[in-house]
Amino acid sequence: MLPEQLKEDAVAQAVEAFDSRALTGGKIDRGEVTIEVAPANIASVCGFLKHDQGFVRLSAVTAVDRYPAEPRFEVVYHLHSVNPTRRVRLKCRLSGENPEIESVTSVWRGANWYEREVFDLFGVRFLNHPDLRRIMLPETWEGHPLRKDYPVTGSRV
Amino acid sequence: MSEQTTPLIEPAEQQGETGARSMVLNMGPQHPSTHGVLRLLIELDGENVRKCQPDIGYLHTGIEKECEAKTYPQVVTLTDRVDYLAPMSNNLCYSLAVEKLLGLEIPPQAQWMRVMLVELTRLNSHLVWLGTHAIDIGAMSVFLYCFREREDILRIFEMFSGQRMMTSYIRPGGLALEPPRGWQQRVRKFIDAFPSKVDEYEELLTNNPIWIRRTRGVGQISLEDMLDLGVTGPMLRAAGLKTDARKDEPYSSYDQFDFEVPTRTENDVYARYQVRVEEMRQSARIIKQAVEGMPSGPWKADDPHVVLPDREKMKTQMEALIYHFKIITEGFRVPEGEVYQVIESPRGELAFYVVSDGSSSPYRVFMRTPSFGNLQATGTMVAGSLIADVIASIGSMDFVLGDTDR
Repeated sequence: MLPEQLKEDAVAQAVEAFDSRALTGGKIDRGEVTIEVAPANIASVCGFLKHDQGFVRLSAVTAVDRYPAEPRFEVVYHLHSVNPTRRVRLKCRLSGENPEIESVTSVWRGANWYEREVFDLFGVRFLNHPDLRRIMLPETWEGHPLRKDYPVTGSRV
Repeated sequence: MSEQTTPLIEPAEQQGETGARSMVLNMGPQHPSTHGVLRLLIELDGENVRKCQPDIGYLHTGIEKECEAKTYPQVVTLTDRVDYLAPMSNNLCYSLAVEKLLGLEIPPQAQWMRVMLVELTRLNSHLVWLGTHAIDIGAMSVFLYCFREREDILRIFEMFSGQRMMTSYIRPGGLALEPPRGWQQRVRKFIDAFPSKVDEYEELLTNNPIWIRRTRGVGQISLEDMLDLGVTGPMLRAAGLKTDARKDEPYSSYDQFDFEVPTRTENDVYARYQVRVEEMRQSARIIKQAVEGMPSGPWKADDPHVVLPDREKMKTQMEALIYHFKIITEGFRVPEGEVYQVIESPRGELAFYVVSDGSSSPYRVFMRTPSFGNLQATGTMVAGSLIADVIASIGSMDFVLGDTDR
């Protein structure tokens, strides 16, 4: 369902028309459009936005940990259309039980490192990612530092 | 970052075109021309690069995690340290993001001062890039010329903020300190002389046959690949795409300045050099306009909850003292929400994604750094080229490893 706020937004309307089940919510806050997408549909929605709506660039992929709330993780995609200049934020909510989501590397190859970073620092797994390894931390590292239940200070035992 | 547990590139089983087996060369993480601790794994067939895989993470310091444990004003000092060549750009991007969350209006003088300072930062960054890039390719003397002017810029920064590099001068709400007395003369003197200095660099390089042979036609990568891989900034402009956040999504009153966005179409190392040199001239134009047309008025926003009071008021007025104490010890509360603030840093698209939960510490700060995106294209760019051209190619990307690893 298209939320009231997004009724006027062209991108949200297009996503709604493309796959109405994929769009689960969204808002316009401080001039920035956020569209919430069902995790199962993220790759197809991204493909649609890139090829049909001109979002040729994936600016970044990151995540936010809402611990202890559930669903715990928000995976956030920032898309950029160069001409005309437009930006949109996609958001997928994942539970802490088994955080995994389809990779968008098939749409933008540049998602590769960003998804590796989210995997490394949040422990979200990306399905069908060509090379899902830790990128910042050593392979032997335990835990995912950007999770909220990972302490900022303290020593390892 | 990778420990040697699993090999990243297995030498190919099949024989190369020349009939020789390929070898894997491990360049870095301490190789001088990688400008930091970047490790490149290069699979070679003779002198030809078959495959190149960058390995990053050696400078990962967990800055984003640390931001969550600091108050909003404290985070400013961390943003300096992300990119040591463009501290002001990082200060500005973070400050704009926080101001957008707060809905804070910044007075014109502060906005113009910010523009002037980030353009000086662009000059600083491009000068270091040009000097080190030329050294990598073998032209030693350019470095000395570039660092001569860079020193002047660092002295101007010191005059403003008391710091040469980690300035933390641009803060949410305006500037950290009142602009120092006599800054106009100092900046004007520098900027009047600067275009002739750019001529000097160009004299050394632009028509230099060795420079041209080492850079022309080298490091080519298609525009589609670059957009796909997340490359931004001068590299896109050297491939003919006129994109610049200063024009496309103007911030901090950039729309009031008159400047061009230089582009080239050759899309090689030489074109990137030309774009950056022309950008230096354009930055000089912007700085000149800023010095001449600097609006008068306050240099920080009028919001006592966010902006520190004047030193004198703090010593004489009770309220000012309380506000000062509150901001220093607790920070200020920022309304719930999230913003993605984009600016054009010297290296390309710099963005801060700041999420607030309504408290006085950011819930999440994500830095979309241009070096990270640009570096990702290394493998595609150098595959098929000669090993000697790898240095020229990665030099033309202009990355900072601190900016990549955060």
